[in-house]
Amino acid sequence: MAHSAQRTGGEEMNRSTDFWILVGTLIAFTVINTLFFAIGSFKINWDSFGIVIAVGLTLAMYSFLYKDNPAFKIAENLYVGVALGYTVIITWYNALKPDIYDPLFVPIFTKATEPEYLVIVPMILGIFMLMRISARLSWLSRWSFAFVVGLGSGLTIPNYIHTFILKQIEPSMRPLFYGGESIYVSVNGILVLVGVVTVLLYFFFSIEHKGPIGVASKIGIYFLMVSFGASFGYTVMGRMSLLIGRMIFLLRDWLGVLH
Amino acid sequence: MPFLRRTVPLAICFVMGIMTAFQYFVPHQLSRDFLELMTRWDKIIAGFAVFIGAYSLFHLHYSRIRFKVAGWGYSIFVFIGAIVTLGFGLYNGGDGFWVDKNEGTMFDWIYIYVQVPAGATIFSILAFFMASAAYRTFRARTVESALLLVAAIIVMLGRVPIGALISEHLPTAADWIMGVPNLAAKRGILLGVSLGAIATSIKIIFGIERQYLGGGD
Repeated sequence: MAHSAQRTGGEEMNRSTDFWILVGTLIAFTVINTLFFAIGSFKINWDSFGIVIAVGLTLAMYSFLYKDNPAFKIAENLYVGVALGYTVIITWYNALKPDIYDPLFVPIFTKATEPEYLVIVPMILGIFMLMRISARLSWLSRWSFAFVVGLGSGLTIPNYIHTFILKQIEPSMRPLFYGGESIYVSVNGILVLVGVVTVLLYFFFSIEHKGPIGVASKIGIYFLMVSFGASFGYTVMGRMSLLIGRMIFLLRDWLGVLH
Repeated sequence: MPFLRRTVPLAICFVMGIMTAFQYFVPHQLSRDFLELMTRWDKIIAGFAVFIGAYSLFHLHYSRIRFKVAGWGYSIFVFIGAIVTLGFGLYNGGDGFWVDKNEGTMFDWIYIYVQVPAGATIFSILAFFMASAAYRTFRARTVESALLLVAAIIVMLGRVPIGALISEHLPTAADWIMGVPNLAAKRGILLGVSLGAIATSIKIIFGIERQYLGGGD
């Protein structure tokens, strides 16, 4: 009982500390930005205001590295809302307006050109897709899904054969010597061929991985591990470059420390 | 009703699948026009699908607010973000949403100063988590895990100036890993995935695979 009370007291103290850290950070952020506006580092315009908002969001997001907190949650939820609004608006301007509103509704009302009545078909299929939210009429959305899935499947067959199978097999089976290239190129060519074949063997489960097949699939695993390691390293470096980008933004665009 | 609910969708899928698959092998202008038209229709239907996603997200957060689920107050910011962005997007700098999108409006301002920095920051946070996870889990206990670890270290060091300072061969080694063993493994995976995708596509077109129809009649 005493132990539990002690723990609750500790949690309350932590909560209180976090609260004051949050308030302190907000006050510091407000003071710094007010100072920047006061001394003229920031002009009073939308771009400067935008930088302040972007800095606020960046710091709120990074505050998660300390622990989950209200500032992070607010920034996260705001980001989700903005991303949703952005997607809907871009869909309107890039897909629905040029492909439905402009060719169908504008000519109907202005009578300037002949309306493209054919777009009524995908429009109806699109409306059918929205029926997904109705329990009684959700079956209509199957027609739209059938269209999209059928189209996608039909396109997948020839495109995958051409792009991902033939185009990938061709460079794996190049002659070792064209004439003029170094020995390293030929060795690399053999390694790529060995890698492709052994990786495919590793994923071929119709035969037991024993004896020579077992050895080959083991080599395939080695190739896969090197590839996973390389992909991991590459992804980490990609995220690092984003981090560097954010740090440059904070130090150059906001604080003006970097030039 | 089963005819409309099950047979018609299967027929639509079959006809669309066969026509688009064979279109590739017909080198005629009509065939190209057909593909262009179908791609445009697909874009329109996908445009409507965005509204289902929007409805789903709004419904989720509305329910959180309505039933006062723990942390419901944060859901209000989803609505604030979405409504403000939608409002400025539709306002379109004063010209309205029925004309083409104007550049340099408040909608673009929100994109530049809210969405881009927030998105970049969220993804950059992953650098910390990946480093932390790697520190806790990377142990060279077996040959396979040692290979993974060594490849990751070489690729990471080979991509930054300090790598070249440690050894001038590191960037070359990183390029070799990316260009030879990594390429071979990726190609093997890609071939397997492609064959799987083609097999699945054939099953979908001929109605053997019907998961996309969902449950029920």
